[in-house]
Amino acid sequence: MSVTSTQADAVTALDVGPGADPDLVQELVRPNAPAKARFEWTRIIGPAIVFCCFIGVWEWMHRSGMRLLFDKPGFLLPSPATVVDISFTTALTRSNLLNGLKWTTVVALLGLGITIALGMSLAILMAQAKWAERSFYIYLVALQAIPVLAIVPIISSVFQEGGLKPRLFVCIMISIFPIVTNTLFGLTSADVGQHDLFTLRGASRWTRLWKLQFPAALPAIFTGFRISAGLSVIGAVVGEQFFRGGAMKGIGIVMEDYRQKNRYPQVYGGLLLAAALGIAVFLFFGWLSRRVVGHWYEASRKPT
Amino acid sequence: MTATTFERMTDATTAPALSFSGVSMIFPDGTHALRETTFDVHPGEFVTVVGPSGCGKSTLLRIASGLNAPSSGSVTVDRSKLGYVFQDATLLQWRSVLRNVELMAELEGIPKAERHKRAMEAIQLVGLTGFESKYPKQLSGGMKMRASLARSLVLNPDVFLFDEPFGAVDEITRERLNDEVISLFQLSGFAGLFITHSISEAVFLSTRVLVMSARPGRIVASFDIPFAYPRPPELRFDPAFAELSGQISHELRGAHS
Repeated sequence: MSVTSTQADAVTALDVGPGADPDLVQELVRPNAPAKARFEWTRIIGPAIVFCCFIGVWEWMHRSGMRLLFDKPGFLLPSPATVVDISFTTALTRSNLLNGLKWTTVVALLGLGITIALGMSLAILMAQAKWAERSFYIYLVALQAIPVLAIVPIISSVFQEGGLKPRLFVCIMISIFPIVTNTLFGLTSADVGQHDLFTLRGASRWTRLWKLQFPAALPAIFTGFRISAGLSVIGAVVGEQFFRGGAMKGIGIVMEDYRQKNRYPQVYGGLLLAAALGIAVFLFFGWLSRRVVGHWYEASRKPT
Repeated sequence: MTATTFERMTDATTAPALSFSGVSMIFPDGTHALRETTFDVHPGEFVTVVGPSGCGKSTLLRIASGLNAPSSGSVTVDRSKLGYVFQDATLLQWRSVLRNVELMAELEGIPKAERHKRAMEAIQLVGLTGFESKYPKQLSGGMKMRASLARSLVLNPDVFLFDEPFGAVDEITRERLNDEVISLFQLSGFAGLFITHSISEAVFLSTRVLVMSARPGRIVASFDIPFAYPRPPELRFDPAFAELSGQISHELRGAHS
């Protein structure tokens, strides 16, 4: 009796279609099959504790840490309450900061879009032949190794002004590497046996790329997206600090203005917003990744 | 039922579906995998090759399918209707069972409606009905192999190559899959070439068993298996079955030295 009900439960849980061979369904009912997702307190408690510690350390730094550790006055690092109060509850400051965030978001997202298109095209090209990979890879590594600061003078003499273009350039330069390497890794990750299948039926290079390599690469590509998304926000902020000209006063510029007036709470407020933007794009790509590949991708991570 | 030289086995009345003639294989790294291998597989024949591991059995199939070109000798086969089941199921993880089974037909350019129909039939033949929308990560090892079988069936193969397909599944599942292969063989009458290192699997499935020597591999013995199809599971406990298995085992031990 109990066997029958277990089996029936299993069928429901596995959601197989009608006419499924019960023996086969049984084959799938493994004793270590993961239970239905339950609410787990540890998912809340851990982050909550860490958050409290973070706020606590911050508060301590404000009250005595700055003086004890760096021999500097506490106002250089205002308390968390002051930062939130001054930056986000006064309407004028809030709108200044949010307006800055808007421009930074525009540059970061535009930059990320171009980075993705450019980086993936480059990776696809490099995946076509070993010689292409060998020829291009060294330049990418070089790009990664050059400090942006070192080429700022060149960028400014090329673009002649502030505004969008030089900022995008910096943003792309900083964020492109992970996209290329992850896409390239993904495209070459399909296993030999799967390639043999396509060879057997005489598949064209295009068919192989589109039906085998690209889908196989998706999990790695999404990992690249997530890393580059965070970097594109950094790139946008760095870019606007170097190229302040133009009407687009991004969050980096707004922060710098406040700093020059010694208004530190607003500076940290801007920092929090820039971090929030980075976290938001990171989470977005995590969500997108689960939506697109979550139903088939089996991360080879060990259960903890 | 006694060991015969394999040259004797080439006298058949029909034209062979698959024919190896003096095939040798030396890989670029110098590995001598196959030496002067000659044999035919006729339509309606199920030939299994047993041999010590690393003797070039898999190379035989890769050459038959055109994945590798032989160093010398030639293979005659119509590759337009060739089924090939690998050691691993090699399913595409991002495709459901149905879309995986459709793959070969899709690559062959068979129209969508037709390949869907064929895929559903193949899924039913291998007993995976109800699992069409599952993804590989949700399947057991045996079920993945069933899906892999179905994927090749969609092309209605005249020649069906099996590269040690059930080596990784448990004994019970292997026996069930063997029954499945036999019923498919009876149903569609393809010419089968099966690789295994299990003697009992070889005897149970085949009309003929070839024994290969250690590397460089060549055929050293051939056994006709006289049992009528369909073959019941109890056949494995038949004295005649044991006798044949013993002879093949003896040859195989000789092949090792």
